[in-house]
This record gives sequence, structure tokens and C-alpha cells, in this order.
Amino acid sequence: MIIYDALIAPFTEFEFMRRALAAVIALALGGAPIGVFLMLRRMSLVGDAMAHAILPGAAIGFLLSGLNLFAMTFGGLIAGFTVAILAGVVARTTELKEDASLATFYLVSLALGVTIVSIKGTNIDLLHVLFGNILAMDDQTLLLIAFNATITLVVLAVIYRPLVIESVDPVFLRTVSRAGAPAHLAFLALVVINLVNGFHALGTLLAVGLMILPAGIARFWSRDITGMICIAVASAMLSGYAGLVLSFQTKVPSGPAVILVAAVLYIGSVLFGSVSGLIRQMFPRRHLEA
Amino acid sequence: MTAQLKFRNVTLGYDRHPAVHHLNGEVASGALVAVIGPNGAGKSTLFRGIAGILKPLAGSIHLGGLDIRDIAYLPQSVDIDRSFPISVFDFVGTGLWRATGFFGGMGKAEREKIAHALAAVGLNGFENRSIGTLSGGQMQRMLFARVLLQDARLIVLDEPFNAIDAKTSADLLALVRRWHGEQRTVLAALHDMELVRNHFPETLLLARGPVAWGATEQVLTDRRKPDGSATDVRGVRRQRRRLRGRCAIAGRLT
Repeated sequence: MIIYDALIAPFTEFEFMRRALAAVIALALGGAPIGVFLMLRRMSLVGDAMAHAILPGAAIGFLLSGLNLFAMTFGGLIAGFTVAILAGVVARTTELKEDASLATFYLVSLALGVTIVSIKGTNIDLLHVLFGNILAMDDQTLLLIAFNATITLVVLAVIYRPLVIESVDPVFLRTVSRAGAPAHLAFLALVVINLVNGFHALGTLLAVGLMILPAGIARFWSRDITGMICIAVASAMLSGYAGLVLSFQTKVPSGPAVILVAAVLYIGSVLFGSVSGLIRQMFPRRHLEA
Repeated sequence: MTAQLKFRNVTLGYDRHPAVHHLNGEVASGALVAVIGPNGAGKSTLFRGIAGILKPLAGSIHLGGLDIRDIAYLPQSVDIDRSFPISVFDFVGTGLWRATGFFGGMGKAEREKIAHALAAVGLNGFENRSIGTLSGGQMQRMLFARVLLQDARLIVLDEPFNAIDAKTSADLLALVRRWHGEQRTVLAALHDMELVRNHFPETLLLARGPVAWGATEQVLTDRRKPDGSATDVRGVRRQRRRLRGRCAIAGRLT
């Protein structure tokens, strides 16, 4: 009964907890596969930078309409797509690497966004923008997150094959197909969409958390990309659920609680992961005979 | 014999700096051509141009009506992320892109093709190995297996036998001979002159521009020493000027 009260009752008794749980499940389904590709394409920090790049757009939406879901989402999407396309174009047409151009955008965007929010809002508004509030999900926000997750899975299914080939052997893809650049841009668009999702739930500073940490966890448990995606989604869902319970029981802020649980899973994976975990390296299995 | 490749005053390079100058000529369909020359001669640049990765700074390359999917290109410095979590089987399977495209499934027939390609390069039993666990020679065998699956009319191999042992070289050379026998057009950048002499009927000697092009025995004369150990780019340039002066260039230069 104690276990029921601790782990299940919060969700059966309180609607806001059920909404939050639905939101983290949707975030996990959409964001975790994107995080796996971000990591494998060595773009983890690019994702973090883009999370900040959406802030000025969301902040302008806030400036015009207050904490209005659609204004902030629209602003965030416009800003995110603009930065993603510009960074992609700059990286493909100049010698500047994508991470370098995004690092510039990241700093400028964060400064600009915080300034815009501060002009009109209070410190509470600023905290909402920076750290989100997953426990205050309304129907519209929840539907938006679920819609974005659905779009993500559909588009990812379409671009999956060229995305994998471009990740492992980009020259080969360029010689057999022109799909590389469109797939890359579509992928960046998915990153933006999922960052906007994360922005609503976890705020701009933690938006990328449920994308990158589960991907890092998965790297320690699978050598196969399909397995990695499944493990990343599962660990993101587990982090979301356990984080919400932790937040409910201990009054720790919900967004950071979700990310901290994911961090604990990550540390556990670094130590005990079956693929190059530290303990596994200390006690390697007997090698195969030729 | 119809031309598979036509070069019309092609200049290729990077950032406006030409690496191959004013190449004119034709490669017949079904030809087996060795492209030789010292490091920096422009062999890889030429191949990147043929594969469509590099656009000519001037002139044009005509592919005889081939689609880019009819060209198999094996680059020299393979830009492969070996840490990517993909098995040898799945990697080689990407060679079926022409047949499968974005959504085509991998049915029994496709799986058998992949298995045959792996068997043809001696990689039986490596199907489930991660590509990061392969040696250099095994990696090259795997890339040849993918070329096999591409079933391309034009095959471009940039220094395919570099840094691999004699047995692997011999096995892969047998595949090149097989492609030639199947009337596919094959171009290979090589440094081993004995190999070129013994197995490649036609040779193009490059030194940032064409020096000689034609039957191998006519191109590889004692006076020309195209391997990097014997001469340098500047030397080959001098040689080219002398040859042009005497109108002694053999073969297909137009």
C-alpha cells in the first residue's frame, strides 16, 4: 500500500500529474530518437545551442501576448527554424562548422531572450521561460506536445534511411542520392520541434535534457541503432515518471527532478553499462575464440 | 565502342584553386583504366568530379547518360564514422540504395544478395560484427562488397589497394577484373606500376593535367616515371612540357 501511495496514487488522484505524465511520455517518444541521432552525429551541443536559439522567438511571443501558448510556440518555431536553416546553410556553403556558427547564435539568443522577457515580465515569468512548468500543463499544451511527437515519428520514419547513411558515410550518400541535404534540414526541423516541446515542459535551459541524456544512457547498453533508440525512449519515459514522483513526494521542482533522475540513470549506465561501462572494462568477459 | 565518359576541357579544383587542368578525352564503355601520377597530381579530385561530388570550375564531364546511381565511387580517405553503431550486414546493405531507395524493404532476395556480396569478398561470418571492429583490409573488403551490390555501370576506385596486404589486394583485384569482364567501366587510381602494367590495359598519367593517356605499354615507358618515389609533380610537369613539345603524347588525349 505504501508503494501504491508513493508511486501510483499521485497519478490516480491528481489530474495535473496525469497530464504531466502524458507530456513526458510524448516528449520521450519524440525527443529521445532525435537525441540519439544528435549524439551519433556529434551534434549534442548543437542541440543545446538550438534550445537557446528558440528563446528570443518565444520571448517575443511572450512580449506580445503574455504566457500565450500559441504565440510563444509560433515565435519559438520561427526563431528555431531560422537559426537551424541559417546554421545549416552556413555549414554547407562555407568552411565554418555547424557547431561554431550555432555557438554564436546560442549566446546571442540567450542574452536577447532574457532581455526581452525581463522588459515585460516578472522574475516568475522568467523562471517559467527558463525552467518550464510541467505540472501546469493545460489541454492545449498537452495536445501540442503530442502533435509534435507524432509529426516527429512520421518524419523520422520518412528520413530514417538517408539519415542513417548520412551519419555513417556522408560521401556515399552524396554519390547515390541527393537526399542528404533535405534529410539533414528535415532533421534540424525535428530538433527544433522537439526543443519547442521541451521548452514548454522543461524550459529553455533543460529542454534538450530529455533528448541527450537518454541517448547517452542508450550508448552504454546497445551497439545497434534500433536498440539504442528503444533504450533511449524507455529511459526517457522512466526518467519522466520517476522525476514526477520525486517532485510530488519531495517538492523538488518538477523539471529539474526529471533531468536529475535521467542523470542518475546516466551515471549508473557509465558505471554498469554492458557496452564500455567502467565496471565492464574492469572485468571484461572472456574473449571469443577465432 | 561508345564513350562512357567524356571530358571537355575540364578544370577541377577547390576554392578556385585548380587541381586538374584542362582535361580533354574519352573513356570507352567497358574500359579498365588506371589513373596514375604522384601525390597531388589530381587523381582524387578527378574522381570526385566524376562522382558528382565536385563541380568543375570550367568545362564539363559527360557521363554517357548515366544517372548518379549508376556510378559506384570508392573514395581514398574514406569518410566513414567507424564508431557508428551499424553492423557489417546493414552497412553493405546500403549498397542496395538504387533498388530500395527511401522505403524499399529488405526481403529475402535482398538479404541473399548481401550475403553473396559478403561471401565474394571473403567476409563470411562478419555479418553481425560492428564496422568499428574491422581491420583496414576487412574494411576495404566490406567497401568492395558494397560496390558489388551497387551494380553500377561506372566504377571509380581511388587507391583501392593502399595499406592492405598482398592477399587482400589479389582478392580485390580479382573483383576488378570480374567487373571488367562484365563490361563495366572501371577507373582506378594506383601507385603500383607493376600492377598497372599487368592488369590495366589503359592508363592515364596525370600531373595536375594530362601527361599521357592511352595503352598502358605506351604510357609507362622508361622515360616516364610517374610514381611519386621516382619524380615529383614539378618533374612530371617538365616531362609533360617536353612531351607536348614533341607531340609525343600517345593515346586518347584530344
